[in-house]
Amino acid sequence: MTADTLLARITDYANRPDPWALYAKLREAGPVVRQADGSYVVGTYHEIAALLHDPRMSVDPRIRGKATHKPPFLRLDDPEHHRLRTLAMRPFGPPHSPGRVDAMRGEIARITEELMEVFQPGRQVDVVDDFAYPLPVTVICRLLGVPREDEPLFREWSDALVASADVRPEEDSTERDRAGDQARIEMGRYLVDLAEQRRGHPSDDMLSAFVNEPDPALRLTAEELAETAVLLLIAGHETTVNLITNGVLTLLRHPEHLDQLRRDPDLLPRAVEELLRYEPPVHMRERIPLADIDVAGTTIPQGASVVLVLASGNRDPKRFQEPDRFDPTRPDNEHLGFGSGIHLCYGAPLARIEAQAALGALLPHLGTARLVQDPPPYRQNAMLRGPRHLPIQL
Amino acid sequence: MTGDLRDGRIVIVGASLAGLRAAETLRDEGFTGSLTVVGDEPCPPYDRPPLSKQVLLGQAAADTTGLPMRRDPDADWLLGVRATGLDPLGKRVMLADGESLSYDRLLIATGTRARPWPNPEEAALDGVFTLRTRDDAAGLAERLAAGPQRVLVVGGGFTGSEIASACRERGLDVTVTERGPAPLVGALGGTLSKLAAVMQRNHGVDLRCGVTITALRGDGNGRFIGAELSDGSRIDADVCVAALGAIRNVEWLADSGLAAGPRGIACDAGCRAFNMYGIVTDDVFVAGDVSRFPHPLFGYQMLSLEHWGNAVAQAEVAAHNMVNPGPLRRPHLALPTFWSTQFGLNIKSVGVPTFSDHVVIAQGSLEARRLTMVYGYQGRVTAAVTVNMAKSLDYYTHLIETAASFPPPPGAADRAIAADIPIPSDVPDPKQLSHGPTVALTGYLPDRRLTVVQPTG
Repeated sequence: MTADTLLARITDYANRPDPWALYAKLREAGPVVRQADGSYVVGTYHEIAALLHDPRMSVDPRIRGKATHKPPFLRLDDPEHHRLRTLAMRPFGPPHSPGRVDAMRGEIARITEELMEVFQPGRQVDVVDDFAYPLPVTVICRLLGVPREDEPLFREWSDALVASADVRPEEDSTERDRAGDQARIEMGRYLVDLAEQRRGHPSDDMLSAFVNEPDPALRLTAEELAETAVLLLIAGHETTVNLITNGVLTLLRHPEHLDQLRRDPDLLPRAVEELLRYEPPVHMRERIPLADIDVAGTTIPQGASVVLVLASGNRDPKRFQEPDRFDPTRPDNEHLGFGSGIHLCYGAPLARIEAQAALGALLPHLGTARLVQDPPPYRQNAMLRGPRHLPIQL
Repeated sequence: MTGDLRDGRIVIVGASLAGLRAAETLRDEGFTGSLTVVGDEPCPPYDRPPLSKQVLLGQAAADTTGLPMRRDPDADWLLGVRATGLDPLGKRVMLADGESLSYDRLLIATGTRARPWPNPEEAALDGVFTLRTRDDAAGLAERLAAGPQRVLVVGGGFTGSEIASACRERGLDVTVTERGPAPLVGALGGTLSKLAAVMQRNHGVDLRCGVTITALRGDGNGRFIGAELSDGSRIDADVCVAALGAIRNVEWLADSGLAAGPRGIACDAGCRAFNMYGIVTDDVFVAGDVSRFPHPLFGYQMLSLEHWGNAVAQAEVAAHNMVNPGPLRRPHLALPTFWSTQFGLNIKSVGVPTFSDHVVIAQGSLEARRLTMVYGYQGRVTAAVTVNMAKSLDYYTHLIETAASFPPPPGAADRAIAADIPIPSDVPDPKQLSHGPTVALTGYLPDRRLTVVQPTG
């Protein structure tokens, strides 16, 4: 097989449990690998990092005629990206809300404890449905100010939106795009309605903060509020589910490191960083060059689709020693798990705290646990890769 | 050979950032011999950047900026003891207390001290400060907390500007005097210095450029009450900070035969000191602000840097090379980087902005107070400075490292129209400034005479 079908093979659902061998082929064929359809794939760390930092690489889908509405800041270029991200950051992180995420620790611990009740010896539990999904959903609902009981409602929208954003080169995306657009509009309307209910009656959540901003220069328009809120709600849980589930899966596959962490829980923050490298929740991101760009001897033409396989960069032996080894004590671990550059994950501090709390709480229960199914069944999505279920026997 | 290098006696003179990082790295690299760290300040290594920021704002006490240790370097710490001389033949460091230390290998990391106000009587007035040490910062912070009527800052370099910024944040009236045309001009060139001047004035600083202070005035009882300026005007103030730049701590090496001068101690890319004949030593190493080293990206000119990041990177290279044989030694090739926060701006720099003839605003704009300024020299990118745009720096770092052509290629979504029209970088001769440069090119290029090394005192 030739290298110009690599992306199709990587995104083929049959390879979801183990894309790593294909990533190795991608790096061998690279750094920049042209696909038969004229798109490009990059799987080596230094080239990915360079392209993530290159101001000539756009994220805006309107450039390729893929969308007509103004997307959320995740898919906007500077200076508009910076303006909206800064406004979205005001109620969430420094400099305006420096303690916000840290103050969630107690609440995250309480939610975790409640969910842990099903973890009884002898029982079989699904780490995804019983724990890794409900935890971040509950957290992001509290943070944004979305009723937890509406979860079935926004889960459907979220599924459609995430599917429409996936990389599936072999498939006609018309129907997925239509369903995604519909979901986006409905979900945006739902969230703006929630925010409007709080206008003039601020409560301690981000939707309240957005809609009650006193300075007109710092206010989001209704359209911007809809896009931002949809983005935060989806990104706030779709990825963290994978991080926690991949964490449990990896620890159960590496009992020696599970023991190490049980003995020394202070290693947890580093173990989470290593998980973000070794089994990251986000495997790839797409970019579009605004000019012809030379990368390691290949010229990527303006307007081409460029898929950066972050998860492959994380396993690049030119950057990490023994990259295929899971090592919670790994030094110099500047992984691409949260991306890099101006679009570096907005919610990274929250994801870190959630994963540390979740795995910390699970550690005492995993000593005798075993995987019921290995590999577990995976979600369809190649970009946001993670198990759909992770049944374990306690 | 390797076994020998991992054993023996190593002495580090200088117990600040570079000295500490070198000590840790020596142990990381497997050095098992005896390690002694000598420092003239009485306290363990501490961090200096917060001294002109958080400490002056009252957000942190001066004695809380101790540097965290990456590991216990298992060293004998001789603190509060000044090194007074070096006998390179007998391999001994002489100390102020009359003792001496013998070594197999020596690391010099004595750094710099603040350049004092040149008139000693005026400098001794109560209320006149410099800012370099923990004690300096504690004393100045106490005076600022007491609510002085006006603070006079002499010198518009980074330290002076950060002090002025802290004063304004505390609601204190402040006057900044700078002999050059604008603050930060010596480090960032003409365009960004104009932005710095606007920011200072917008924040209420009484900024006076193109003037010098001719005298500091006392009240007759030894208290500072104001200053006289070269334009004939007078300023009434009760606190004065002389932010005139730094002096390399090299006097103790005067009789050592090493190539030590006002710009520092010359060393090779592997941090080995040169002696006065230009012959490289093999047992004396240099790291941090006190060093002067060649850099291939900047015409192999000798660089003198007063940067936090350089102290760390160079100390690590020096320590590695002290315990490894020739073929395994590494060069110190890190790009110079520094940052400053002042007047609501986050300024970050990579490369050597003064090694430039032209600049362009490659991203953002001056109006938005958010931009990337790229510096070029003879058609290649040599430096970039970001203002409130730090995440852009990596891209330009790569351009500098690969000697990419200047101006940088078009295509950025937030590229300014002005990016296609390079303008002169307008870097003045440091002699025309109140403050010493924090980056000094001390070599020779046929078309430029940036720096002339002058004897001090």
